[in-house]
Amino acid sequence: MRRKWIFWLAAFAALALLQATLRGLIGPYNYQIVILVGINIILAVSLNLINGVTGQFSIGHAGFYAVGAYASASLVYYGGPEIRPLIAFLPPFAQNAVLLLLGLLAGAILAGLAGLAVGIPSLRLRGDYLAIVTLGFGEIIRVLILNVDAIGGSRGFAGIPQISNFFWVYLAVIITVVTVHNLVNSSYGRAFISIRDDEVAAEAMGVDTTRFKVLSFVISSMFAGVAGGLFGHYTSFLHPNSFLFTTSFYLIIMIVVGGLGSIEGAILGAVLVTVLLEVLREFGPYRLVNFAVLLVLIMIYRPQGLLGSWTLFKRPKAAAG
Amino acid sequence: METFLQQLINGISQGSAYALIALGYTMVYGVLRLINFAHSDVYMFGAFMGFYLANARWLQSSLGTSVAAAVVVMLGAMALSAGLGILIERFAYRPGRGPARFTPAFWFGILGAAFGHLTGETVASTALGAGAGVVLGVIVEKAGLRPVPQHSRLALLIIAIGVSLFLENGGQQAFGADPKFFPPIIATTVLPVGPLIIDSQRLVVLGVSVALMVLLEVIVNYTKTGKAMRAVSFNLDAAKLMGINTDRIIAFTFALGSALAAAGGILVSLLYPRIDPLMGVMPGLKAFVAAVLGGIGNIPGAMLGGLILGLAEVMAVGYGQSTYRDAIAFIILVLILLLKPAGIMGKGAVEKV
Repeated sequence: MRRKWIFWLAAFAALALLQATLRGLIGPYNYQIVILVGINIILAVSLNLINGVTGQFSIGHAGFYAVGAYASASLVYYGGPEIRPLIAFLPPFAQNAVLLLLGLLAGAILAGLAGLAVGIPSLRLRGDYLAIVTLGFGEIIRVLILNVDAIGGSRGFAGIPQISNFFWVYLAVIITVVTVHNLVNSSYGRAFISIRDDEVAAEAMGVDTTRFKVLSFVISSMFAGVAGGLFGHYTSFLHPNSFLFTTSFYLIIMIVVGGLGSIEGAILGAVLVTVLLEVLREFGPYRLVNFAVLLVLIMIYRPQGLLGSWTLFKRPKAAAG
Repeated sequence: METFLQQLINGISQGSAYALIALGYTMVYGVLRLINFAHSDVYMFGAFMGFYLANARWLQSSLGTSVAAAVVVMLGAMALSAGLGILIERFAYRPGRGPARFTPAFWFGILGAAFGHLTGETVASTALGAGAGVVLGVIVEKAGLRPVPQHSRLALLIIAIGVSLFLENGGQQAFGADPKFFPPIIATTVLPVGPLIIDSQRLVVLGVSVALMVLLEVIVNYTKTGKAMRAVSFNLDAAKLMGINTDRIIAFTFALGSALAAAGGILVSLLYPRIDPLMGVMPGLKAFVAAVLGGIGNIPGAMLGGLILGLAEVMAVGYGQSTYRDAIAFIILVLILLLKPAGIMGKGAVEKV
């Protein structure tokens, strides 16, 4: 118990210290990349829970990311002026923190509900059929957002309060990683893994496969929602085109390149892909051409991903998908 | 009623174009169990090849704007795209199945060419870069760093996404990112049939698509190669044991699918002449949806799926829901898969314990 407190205190102190100094140390451009890396880590680790750990191939993560982003942004944008007077006794930074947390909560809940709504019907499907239906749902969500005028529609949602920063993004990263890690190592995690490894056998052993599949899907969506909220409150502008199915593809690339099924792999993949896409700006117009070729080469030489099923922390052995 | 009939005609021609692209997805899925995301970009490539052929001076001077010229444009683009399909299969997907020589040389050559073009901006520097890349690739391969066979299906999928990204962005470099306009290679005449207006383009689209689909059915069902394709699709390993050269059949399948996609690209460009390197993304995705709708791996299913999708989309737009156009395909997909989890004509896999 005490070790836990020390861990969280140290994490808080380190994050606060970095928050105060980081931008000055590495400049605004790198700072932005660091933020983006953090958001992608949350997305990749959460996507890994459904794709890598539970073995249900979903390529609609961008949809839940979008739901979270828009839900959180609208709550703070429309509800903020109402809530602020109620908490006026707090200093401004604490007011922002309360608003952000409320927004993220709304984002997580709505994204989780969206996950539930998508998961219950689609998780009856298998393999590629599931993949294309999740992709379809992601696109449906995007088109719906495109048609709601109150949140900007096709013009984009501008003027979102800029209240998320390094501290909050990386606090969320730590919470996500710790939660997913503990979850995978719990009885729930073993149920998830058993579904991935052999659904029929899992069912025969008494695992309620539908329930666990939906559960994994909902949890995964909730974290994507949090990532969305953090993203919207950092960029202060959202556009439906940020949530195209290509965004889901990039997330899949991250977890597969890193090594499917391992949290470390998802983190490595998120960092690597995000940073690589920035570094390749050197190549100007050939940035994505080179990225694509590197991607093909990595997959040809390391089909199991860079880390494979290697893990840093001890944990039940995971088979490569 | 008149609007309805008019939309019906538009929908059928739109749908037959979707069906042509969907066939490529479904055939490749049949033999490799792979969602070939690069297929949508082969469609784009086909349209661009048609564009360059139609604007080629030697063709215009010898044939002018005649039916013969249109046929040459069509067949030329189909042949070039078939070549691209074989290339993709050979250097991106085959390394996952077994030894595929010169794979690193191919990709290193592309990287080298990009680097050479970036530093020198001349043909010579590009060629030099490509040459250096190829040599490096051969050395790497000789040194024993060979691609790992036994790819998981997921690795293949990521490779497909990579190839798709490559073609889209490579296309922006090769063809230019700005949209181009496909020349009207077929004279437009408007045929009034009663109160309806049918323009000749739509008839050509419909006629050519149907003809190609019939041709495909003949190839698949009544030729030896077609029989081999069906065998590979039924069970790749067993087909190999029966002495079928599976690599050749898979390459042939890619060529066939790519040629159909190119035909689809040109036909759609007759209706909507604006072409750009990203034009394949949405139609490609919808064609894939059409393939899944019909039951992926099933050739008549892909045709049916394409038709349903085209009709639904045109109807929805015609009756005033155009802002939801891109969602309609997916809504139909979700509804149908909920009722028939393996698509309309697909066979559900039996769970073996």
